[in-house]
Amino acid sequence: MYVRHLQVTDFRSWEHADLVFEPGVSVLVGRNGQGKTNLVEALGYVATLGSHRVATDAPLIRHGASRAVVRTAVVNEGRELLVELEITPGKANRARINRGPVPRPRDVLGILRTVLFAPEDLALVRGDPGERRRLLDELLTTRAPRYAGVRSDYERVLKQRGALLKSVRASRNADISTLDVWDGHLARHGAELLAARLDLVADIAPHVAAAYAEVAPESRPARIAYRSSLGEAFPEAHDREVLEDALLAELHRVRGQEIERGVCLVGPHRDDLDLALGDLPAKGYASHGESWSFALALRLGGYELLRVEGAEPVLVLDDVFAELDRGRRRQLAKVAAGAEQVLITAAVAEDVPEELDGLRFDVRDGEVRRV
Amino acid sequence: MYEGPVQDLIDELGRLPGVGPKSAQRIAFHLLAADPADIGRLQDALQKVKEGVVFCDVCGNVSAEATCRICRDPRRDLTLICVVEEPKDVLAVERTREFKGRYHVLGGALDPLSGVGPDQLRIRQLLTRIGTDVSEIIIATDPNTEGEATATYLVRMLRDFPGLTVTRLASGLPMGGDLEFADELTLGRALSGRRSM
Ligand SMILES: Nc1ncnc2c1ncn2[C@@H]1O[C@H](COP(=O)(O)OP(=O)(O)O)[C@@H](O)[C@H]1O
Ligand SMILES: [Mg+2]
Ligand SMILES: [Zn+2]
Repeated sequence: MYVRHLQVTDFRSWEHADLVFEPGVSVLVGRNGQGKTNLVEALGYVATLGSHRVATDAPLIRHGASRAVVRTAVVNEGRELLVELEITPGKANRARINRGPVPRPRDVLGILRTVLFAPEDLALVRGDPGERRRLLDELLTTRAPRYAGVRSDYERVLKQRGALLKSVRASRNADISTLDVWDGHLARHGAELLAARLDLVADIAPHVAAAYAEVAPESRPARIAYRSSLGEAFPEAHDREVLEDALLAELHRVRGQEIERGVCLVGPHRDDLDLALGDLPAKGYASHGESWSFALALRLGGYELLRVEGAEPVLVLDDVFAELDRGRRRQLAKVAAGAEQVLITAAVAEDVPEELDGLRFDVRDGEVRRV
Repeated sequence: MYEGPVQDLIDELGRLPGVGPKSAQRIAFHLLAADPADIGRLQDALQKVKEGVVFCDVCGNVSAEATCRICRDPRRDLTLICVVEEPKDVLAVERTREFKGRYHVLGGALDPLSGVGPDQLRIRQLLTRIGTDVSEIIIATDPNTEGEATATYLVRMLRDFPGLTVTRLASGLPMGGDLEFADELTLGRALSGRRSM
């Protein structure tokens, strides 16, 4: 698929921007702070309904404006769809597809699929487990949009159950007859999310290992493995019913502890993705270059997986060539050159490998010009 | 910001559900220009709603008398009770014309974040209604997290009543939604396709 048209209004630094793209390579060139990342961030928002840089919507609205609009035309196998999103912090966003309103913004998921690689991705290797859970969950919803619903159902149950645990803790005698009910719902939604993540990790692991070997041939082999908060209680079989039973049993086992601390201790919100190079964990052991390679391999692995499954995503490379050494640049350029569409941002055109020749846009002083 | 009472009125209106700042302003200026008699009727209605509204002593729905019109209606089927969260859900189910039994309004759903547990809902009153007459309870709580949890809780409470069938609306309602927003056809289908729990 490819993005044919992007228009933003009051998004980040942009009062208005209008870009027409083509399949193949497009490079946005401009000095730091000119708003290049803001533009690809807008596309990422259409793809995931979230930003890769911030957790809330408020920073996405141009300073002084009350709402932002992102409008984009996406061509998938010859069919063009127009997606419009109106982002209003603190209120439900509104979405339209081909100018017709849709009941929920979530309905636009799947129209645009992107894989974005950005400097922030170093946190995939060095940051908290939350970064890696987000990687998995975003890929999950890109793969099958219905998981956006599974995730939000799970998160809602988690919040409710957390509130109940806190009130049980506060007033020792509070009615805990409903805790069983919330346990059941947490286990049901949690098992669905967990099963999907386990499938995903199994499917993506070989692609990540292969991508890492290409990007960093001199390094040790990269491996990824899912780490469940079930620990010892993690079952052999990974189907939903088995996982649900295991989660439920574990919730019962730790109930006293949970009430004491007033937090949910078991479930996919406490899980992690283990990253290893050879026999050592990447976190804390990998060199700077290896960490970068691993982050890149995770993104490229996701890209390959989506591609072999028949939904070629748009590849977005935000200011990353400057961060990579020659060998890694060349590897990344090889993958990018074969993509149906790749959008690249760079401070100077020389950062982008020559083989990635294509459309070029200059981004300067609040304007984008095709050159 | 407007000066004095106009802004107070806009602020009060803006606190109502579904009324944004722009609508609040529009309504306020509409009221300013309105005929004093119209304002008088609105004032009256507001006053009465707080003083005069009673909740049906059987089902908990809003009512003009001690027992509501539906509970008094001899043509309604006494063996069926449809459990809903709010009075507005009674209207939604009534619109389908699929349901001939009576209702039970819980007054909300389990919602620990807002401090609502079983004791804050009319669950005990529901249990006392289940005598020999009632053969089926249809749980029609909202198809969202809180409604589903409430349904599960009710199923647990009701499963030990001998001879009582407990059913839940068929899926197909837009998930995450509110019963009142489902159209008649969808809700009607969910009712007739209800499943035993
Ligand atoms: N909500 C906002 N309103 C106005 N300006 C913003 C907003 N968010 C970010 N900016 C500005 O956008 C610029 C950064 O844009 P960015 O796309 O990250 O630059 P780059 O071209 O280096 O990728 C900064 O100057 C920042 O002040
Ligand atoms: Mg940037
Ligand atoms: Zn009544």
